[in-house]
Amino acid sequence: MSLLVAAFFSALMFGIGLGVAGMTLPTKVIGFLDVTGSWDPSLAFVMLGAIAVHSVSYRLITKRASPILTANFQIPTKRQIDPKLIFGSLLFGAGWGLGGFCPGPAIVAAVSGVPSVQVFLASMVAGVYVHQFVNKSFLSKGT
Amino acid sequence: MNIDQFFLPLVGGVLIGLSASLLLLLKGRIFGVSGILAGVLIPRSGDTAWRVAALGGLVTAGILLMMVYPESMAVVNVGSNWRYVGAGLLVGFGTQLGSGCTSGHGVCGISRLSPRSIAATLTFIAAGMMMVAFMRAIGVLS
Repeated sequence: MSLLVAAFFSALMFGIGLGVAGMTLPTKVIGFLDVTGSWDPSLAFVMLGAIAVHSVSYRLITKRASPILTANFQIPTKRQIDPKLIFGSLLFGAGWGLGGFCPGPAIVAAVSGVPSVQVFLASMVAGVYVHQFVNKSFLSKGT
Repeated sequence: MNIDQFFLPLVGGVLIGLSASLLLLLKGRIFGVSGILAGVLIPRSGDTAWRVAALGGLVTAGILLMMVYPESMAVVNVGSNWRYVGAGLLVGFGTQLGSGCTSGHGVCGISRLSPRSIAATLTFIAAGMMMVAFMRAIGVLS
């Protein structure tokens, strides 16, 4: 139960951070990506603030033997840069520029009831399932 | 440029960094929204409930923002629905193939100095900028 409360409140604060930062507004996100037009660099400060805090706290937290509520840290260990990583990130970035949403802000902003966000969210869910299908059928053969 | 323009993004970013730290400290997991979402859509045994709770937290954040800071939720439709269908499919598929999005790679991964996450983040920001430049070039953005 305490794990669920922990996950809920972390995500609640995360979502409020996204809203305060302006990440829930696709016009602002597209402005940040619009380097050949009217570039609005302000959203760079979202990443700056988040990384400034987390890069310090990450080091302090992972000095512990274990997290408070579970036995082990589960942190990705893979380091190899492979074609899937790069091609996937290319597609994600293209979609991010096209719609102005990345996954977290889309979930938060869907509450607004604005049709474009809901269409985006439903299509993003479909995209996850398309990947699951493609991955199972073609990409993970023999592994 | 004035200070106000950067103040709220910075505060929001600090909140994001703190919440990722909270999840790491309590549960030992990386705060990656695309992974959390996929873990709910394609459930794996015993590892789904916390992800559902996290999605609930994001939705609750949306409800709170609607009440106390509605400006942050004043989403404007800037194109046809087809544009959002395409964008959603690309983001859903791409984040799964690339194992992460702005939160998992961009915030958590860069903070860990993960070479994969640094490469992914540079790639998706560059791709986003190219897409917006392309839309501007063909007159979709005014």
